[in-house]
Amino acid sequence: MLLTVVIFMPLAVAAVLAAARGLPGRTASAVWVVASAVDLALVAWLWWRFEPGTGASGVVNGFASEVDLRWIPTVDAGYHVGADGLSLPLMALTGVLFLACAVYSLRETDRPRTYAALFLFLQTACLGTFAALDLILFFVFFDLTIVGMYFVIAGWGHGDARRSALTFFLYTFVGSLALLVGFIGLFLGSEPRTFDMVALAADPPLAGSPVAGGLVLLAIGLGLAVKTPLFPFHTWLPDAHTDAPATGSAVLAGVLLKLGTYGFVRIAMPILPEAWQRWATVVVVFGVVSVLWGALVALAQTDVKRMIAYTSVNHMGYVLLGLGAAGMVAAADEGARTVATVGAVYQMVSHGLLTGALFLLAGVLWSRGHTYAFDRWGGLARPAPLFAAALAVAAFGSLGLPGLSGFVAEFQVFTGALEAAPVATVIAVLGILVTAGLFLLALQRLLTGETTAPSPGRGPEPAGGGEGATAVRERTAVRVADLRAPELLAIVPLLALSVVLGLLPWVLLDVIEPAAAAVVELVGR
Amino acid sequence: MSGGGEQWGALLPEGLLLLGAVAGLLVGLWTPQHRQARVRWVVTAACLAAAAVAAARLPGPGERVFDGVWVVDTTTGVVRVVVALAVPVLVWLAVPTLAGHPRETEAWVLMVLGGLGAVALAGAGDLLLLVAGYLLASVPLYALAGFAKDAPGVEAAMKYYLFGAFSGVLLLLGVAGLVLAGGAGGYEHLAGALPGASPALVAVGVLGVLAGVGFKAGAVPVHFWVPDVAAGTPPAVAAYLTTVPKIGAVAAAYRLVDEPLAGAPVDVPLVVAVVAAASMTLGNLAALAQTHLLRLLAYSTVSQVGYLFMVVAVAGRSALAPGALAVYLAGYAVTNVGAFAAVAAAPAARTITDWATAVGRHRWLVVSLVVCLLGLVGTPPTAVFVGKLAVFAAAWDGGLAWLVVLAAVNTVASLFYYLRWFAPAFAGVAAAPGVGEPGPGSGPRTAAGTAQRIRPGLPVGVLHAAAAGSLALGLAAGGWLAVVA
Repeated sequence: MLLTVVIFMPLAVAAVLAAARGLPGRTASAVWVVASAVDLALVAWLWWRFEPGTGASGVVNGFASEVDLRWIPTVDAGYHVGADGLSLPLMALTGVLFLACAVYSLRETDRPRTYAALFLFLQTACLGTFAALDLILFFVFFDLTIVGMYFVIAGWGHGDARRSALTFFLYTFVGSLALLVGFIGLFLGSEPRTFDMVALAADPPLAGSPVAGGLVLLAIGLGLAVKTPLFPFHTWLPDAHTDAPATGSAVLAGVLLKLGTYGFVRIAMPILPEAWQRWATVVVVFGVVSVLWGALVALAQTDVKRMIAYTSVNHMGYVLLGLGAAGMVAAADEGARTVATVGAVYQMVSHGLLTGALFLLAGVLWSRGHTYAFDRWGGLARPAPLFAAALAVAAFGSLGLPGLSGFVAEFQVFTGALEAAPVATVIAVLGILVTAGLFLLALQRLLTGETTAPSPGRGPEPAGGGEGATAVRERTAVRVADLRAPELLAIVPLLALSVVLGLLPWVLLDVIEPAAAAVVELVGR
Repeated sequence: MSGGGEQWGALLPEGLLLLGAVAGLLVGLWTPQHRQARVRWVVTAACLAAAAVAAARLPGPGERVFDGVWVVDTTTGVVRVVVALAVPVLVWLAVPTLAGHPRETEAWVLMVLGGLGAVALAGAGDLLLLVAGYLLASVPLYALAGFAKDAPGVEAAMKYYLFGAFSGVLLLLGVAGLVLAGGAGGYEHLAGALPGASPALVAVGVLGVLAGVGFKAGAVPVHFWVPDVAAGTPPAVAAYLTTVPKIGAVAAAYRLVDEPLAGAPVDVPLVVAVVAAASMTLGNLAALAQTHLLRLLAYSTVSQVGYLFMVVAVAGRSALAPGALAVYLAGYAVTNVGAFAAVAAAPAARTITDWATAVGRHRWLVVSLVVCLLGLVGTPPTAVFVGKLAVFAAAWDGGLAWLVVLAAVNTVASLFYYLRWFAPAFAGVAAAPGVGEPGPGSGPRTAAGTAQRIRPGLPVGVLHAAAAGSLALGLAAGGWLAVVA
């Protein structure tokens, strides 16, 4: 029951905000912060009471706060939600990131009430997707995230926002329909017919029909790969990110991409174990190609935000590498496969925190100078030390420095995958090198050297001389405002959490491990 | 033929509709011109009574009355309820355009009679009743299409009539073929007789009959009337013409494939599947380029009929089919009426840009439009989403997996033109200042857009109600399916 409150509380507040016509913008932003904070507190309470269990627990049993109501009984689709070791960390991540976005947007001036309502709606959709234990319910929330994000980008984006939003909507909608077709395949293949994930995972459909199982996995995999996104389905991502507002990007990369990878762990692996085993090599290949492609393309970017966007492709590649390795039953023992799965889930959380922070930092650049171009910025460490420090921590975390969460995640993915897919793992490690290079290069371009900043067109901070947003380089007396209080309060907790997860990984591992073991056990059938 | 009393009782909803039409006409005859509004109330009451009776009868067992000529089962029941609820809504939606018209009463009566025709199509258990239903669902509508007596209306009526006459001939030809092949017109008899009949004769019959119901449904290749008629009539009438007869026709097609043609020596499901594929694809492709709202919606209805025909193609071959038909029909009716109501809310706006300008800062209007259009796409949790889910599952279950994939691709394509409509409207709302002067003059506006602002009124109410209904029906789909399937 608590979980249901967690899911729908933001939506209720969103409805109130949308209906409250005369509400001042500042009040609306404050309501948003309070609502997100309360929701996060509820998730924390859920976490506190959660018993991870010992051995394999989750996916088919051991749910906390489980609710199963009839919805469309003729096709056995229901309102079935529950929290286990896979969903709880991601729900917590959702709560944290949305709160960070709420705090970051405290000074939003562009229709703050609608913006807050839209984000709260989006939060419900994200939480619902993670909590769903029914394919149709999953799909409902999954699709609603697309709709919500479309309006965020179209309404509050910059640049060619309308076109980017359209691309995003069409592209991910194709994915979601492929997903729906796959779900119908699972439904028709099950006996008795059901959309219930738990029942499907306990008694996998399409067992013994490799062609049908493969095709259904293809449909589901396609849908999730677009969302994740994996090479070659990632082309919507850079545009969507570049033109989205900072908070929109943070949520898009931090939470929405996880819906794809989460779908692999929650649906594709336990429900189609046979097909997953058969096609594990392909999954690994897609993962590794995404790792390398994302890293190399990110290296070539001249735009901070596009670079961060492409590193998401790279990081999601590691997740797929781990999950694919978990399906190579013949090549590795259960222990190694569990480690790979744990690493993949850990990477989802870690990437959410770090990329969220990176995108918010990129948003700070935009708010100061209305550009993301590398060559318009330089030497920011002097005028904006806090910004520089935060960016450095986030970048180092993202490239996998020990002591931060990214390291724990990638280390486990590689350790787990090495036995099953040695060649792929070695190639993927090369990706880390490229990522390290590109982040260091980015830090060097932005933070060191002579201080350079675009002359403020409509920027809030008046710097010396030069009206208009033309490319006039200010050589002297450049002032760039450092992080302001809301920005600091939004970004620092994300980085702090990443450090905590890097130093005390057991906090999260204790929750993930039983569920990951359950996934591996189910895949190994 | 046994005791007539009980059999008449089975047709009580139809009787109430007929009574409503006759009573409305009589009341209208003895009512002065400026008090004609009371006819609307008479008609509405009759329709609601019919809906209530039909709804109460809905969970009951199916039966065939009058020697199997009229079938009263769940499919008929669903059509009865949906039509009897849709007609009064559409009557009130048409009030701004038709109220005060010299022949106001006649318009309302014609709408009820057309509804009765749609129900007759759905309930037909005999080819001759099918023909009668076809005529009853056509003739009043020809008059309705040309009601305004302006040039586009006359053109619309003319096209509608010519196409209707042509398809009617094809329908009669088909009926003749089937009767020749099977020896009688009753569906039960044909179901037994057609499997052994001459394939050529049956093929002629099948094609002719499908052409007839396909015309009423607005399916490819007999869809050409849809855009012209929709564009030539007021939005409320266009909503009527693309909702009520379609529902009856799809139900009639479903029954035809399910009962008399089930064992025919012709691959009827394949023919229907091809019609479905062509309708959804061509409808979508044609809609992509439209900037005229009514034409866009008209082509959208053509593609929606394609999805509906998917379930017709698997009639009798999947246990999921009846439920899918019931939920999609209801969802389509609600959502389609809502979309047309959005056009009616800004009557002077004919194109996408005009509409976006006209709605200006009416945030909730855009929200409801988004719900309705995304509903037509099939975004959860709206009614059409549940309908599409059920239709896809049924079609795949019936062995038409290729059609499901095609329908999924088409759904994505349809998103494109629906987005083209609501994205500018949303951007218009988004770009407008939060607090500011409500008058015109903030940017380039077309004459049509500035001339006609949104007035709160019946179309706006219908739009909001349809959006809410679409969401409610989607969320409560389980309850609806439990009653009908």
